[in-house]
Amino acid sequence: MPWETIRKDTPLGTAPNLRDYDKECASFSWQAARGRLQGLPGGRGLNIAHEAVDRHAASERATAVALRCVGRDDSVTSVTYGELGRSTARFANVLRGLGIGYGDRVVTLLGRCPELYTVVLGTLKNTSVLCPLFSAFGPDPVFQRMTLGDAQVLVTTADLYRKKVAARRDALAALGHVLIVGEGADDLPGTLSFTALMADASDTFTIPPTSPHDMALLHFTSGTTGIPKGAVHVHEAAVAHYMTALYALDLHEDDVFWCTADPGWVTGMSYGIVAPLMHGVTVVVDEGDYDARRWYRILAEQRVSVWYTAPTALRMLMRTTPRTGPYDLPRSFDLSALRFIASVGESLNPEAVVWGRDVLGLPVHDNWWQTETGAIMIANFAACDIRPGSMGRPLPGVEAAVLRRGEDGRAEVADGHVTILEEPGVEGELALRPGWPSMFRGYLHDEPRTAAAFADGWYLTGDLVRRDTDGWYWFVGRADDVIKSAGHLIGPFEVESALMEHPAVAESGVIGRPDPVAGNIVKAFVTLRPGFDASSATRRDLLAFARRRLGPAVAPREIAFDQHLPHTRSGKVMRRLLRARELGLPEGDISTLEEPTSEAASTARTEQPA
Amino acid sequence: MSQMRPLNSAEALSLIKESITQIVPDADFTLVEPDDKFRDVLELDSLDFLSLVELLSERAGVLIDEEDYPDLTTLSDTTRFLVERTRRGS
Repeated sequence: MPWETIRKDTPLGTAPNLRDYDKECASFSWQAARGRLQGLPGGRGLNIAHEAVDRHAASERATAVALRCVGRDDSVTSVTYGELGRSTARFANVLRGLGIGYGDRVVTLLGRCPELYTVVLGTLKNTSVLCPLFSAFGPDPVFQRMTLGDAQVLVTTADLYRKKVAARRDALAALGHVLIVGEGADDLPGTLSFTALMADASDTFTIPPTSPHDMALLHFTSGTTGIPKGAVHVHEAAVAHYMTALYALDLHEDDVFWCTADPGWVTGMSYGIVAPLMHGVTVVVDEGDYDARRWYRILAEQRVSVWYTAPTALRMLMRTTPRTGPYDLPRSFDLSALRFIASVGESLNPEAVVWGRDVLGLPVHDNWWQTETGAIMIANFAACDIRPGSMGRPLPGVEAAVLRRGEDGRAEVADGHVTILEEPGVEGELALRPGWPSMFRGYLHDEPRTAAAFADGWYLTGDLVRRDTDGWYWFVGRADDVIKSAGHLIGPFEVESALMEHPAVAESGVIGRPDPVAGNIVKAFVTLRPGFDASSATRRDLLAFARRRLGPAVAPREIAFDQHLPHTRSGKVMRRLLRARELGLPEGDISTLEEPTSEAASTARTEQPA
Repeated sequence: MSQMRPLNSAEALSLIKESITQIVPDADFTLVEPDDKFRDVLELDSLDFLSLVELLSERAGVLIDEEDYPDLTTLSDTTRFLVERTRRGS
């Protein structure tokens, strides 16, 4: 169904930062953008924490509110830039006192509490590396990421530590210190109280010289095969954080900004912490979970002016208040401060863009990026027309292309060369020309997979897109098997590996099943070992087992039994085929399928309704 | 939706626990005090909660709106909610 373009021909109340797209693209350079940052005093380099905190703390903005934290109990705590400057200095001193310094890894496993922001920025001040983990991960994903990331310090709560780390603490060889936020450190052997350490630390700290190319952040993401990948980001990424927030989120200094993503994921780090603080705005932090009423109340009471959220959340709001009306719920709140809405996480359906316009009075601006890109790469801008369903156009300084795909579905590389599809409307893999400052500098300890992400001078995103005649990009799907659920990337291999540890499981194949709210939900097809029944008791047992290990963010929500999973000739489960069957799509190229044929495998399935 | 009939407290509580068990099959209710926020204790995320609302609505045969969600925070207030809602209809 064609959706009408949303025109931006009426002047906006706040003059947008990016007014003329073509002109801005033509005159843009990353080098000039770098000049907007202050740099460490005395030419000592570039450090994210200086740009996000100390720069403001040393100016007249010291008394401006940096963080407005809404607690689960609705209490509101404000932290000024000056206060944040001192608390992050304290934490940097805490780390130094523990013997933690340049390049050492600090992992957070925390909810969205005020301490998280202190830890993140204090770690960066100390030139240590911050690796955030999502608190809804189960013990397995936490252990694996801490191991892969060489975690030396963990900052968490007593409850999360007990549930997710304590049992395997001894196997985390590099982990020297566990800091407990809140109560409970006294009862947990081998841990330290965050509060006690902070109380004893000095609140002044001079950031050591920091190279723009020093590692700052480590974000884990998932691939189709193998263990999670740790994407390395450097301090220079701040240049892209700043510019993309300027262009794609249209941040102005007097904004109140709310990014609903958890800082355990890259969006919550780049745009929930770094970028908005660099702009000196007030960042709203909600410790609580999604709840339509709560969210509208926060938008209203905190006078949020720019809101960055996700398709799953928007779709949940749409269920509560359909476009057909009535609009009683949102209209019962004063949303008059809100002037700009953006969304990221997965492609935003056109209905949601138009829903925003009709129900909230503002269309939703979809944008696109991923863990590896570190910052927004393609976006709909405040000043530009929106083609609902499109992710928009590349940001100034970003060069994108659509590449022809080969037999495996990924960009075709022949004799080291890719083929750029210039013709509009043709599907291919989205590729980006390296050179933007927030591009990941590799996957930690994984040169082969780093190398595989690049070809012929392009970064290959793994996303399939088409570009229309006027240069707007449209998301088509993934070129591989990773699953996007509620905006989070989930690696099927990680889920399959966990299931395989259950005695009943001989083999499994994990796919994303389309879901109207979450985009996709994780569904596992399981082959049982002899002696186990394909019963509802077994299903419940497996669901519980996977959830215990992986946590709600990663565990499958649906399990189907299938004694004849389709395999490639090399013996791998063909997830692509499982997904095609699930969707009732043509099964595509099955030339690599082993016997039995797809038809036979299909009829032999013993799937039961979940 | 199944036929709505008034539930007593014991029936409502067991319906709630059964529904949670559909989502968290090994939910340990000995860890959940009546006035605890069960979402936090049992680690139900937003999608889980949405599924739970659908299950409760279907099994109790009542409509549950967004504005009712604050009444679905603890086991005791959710029980009270279902008893009242099934008594007066939705």
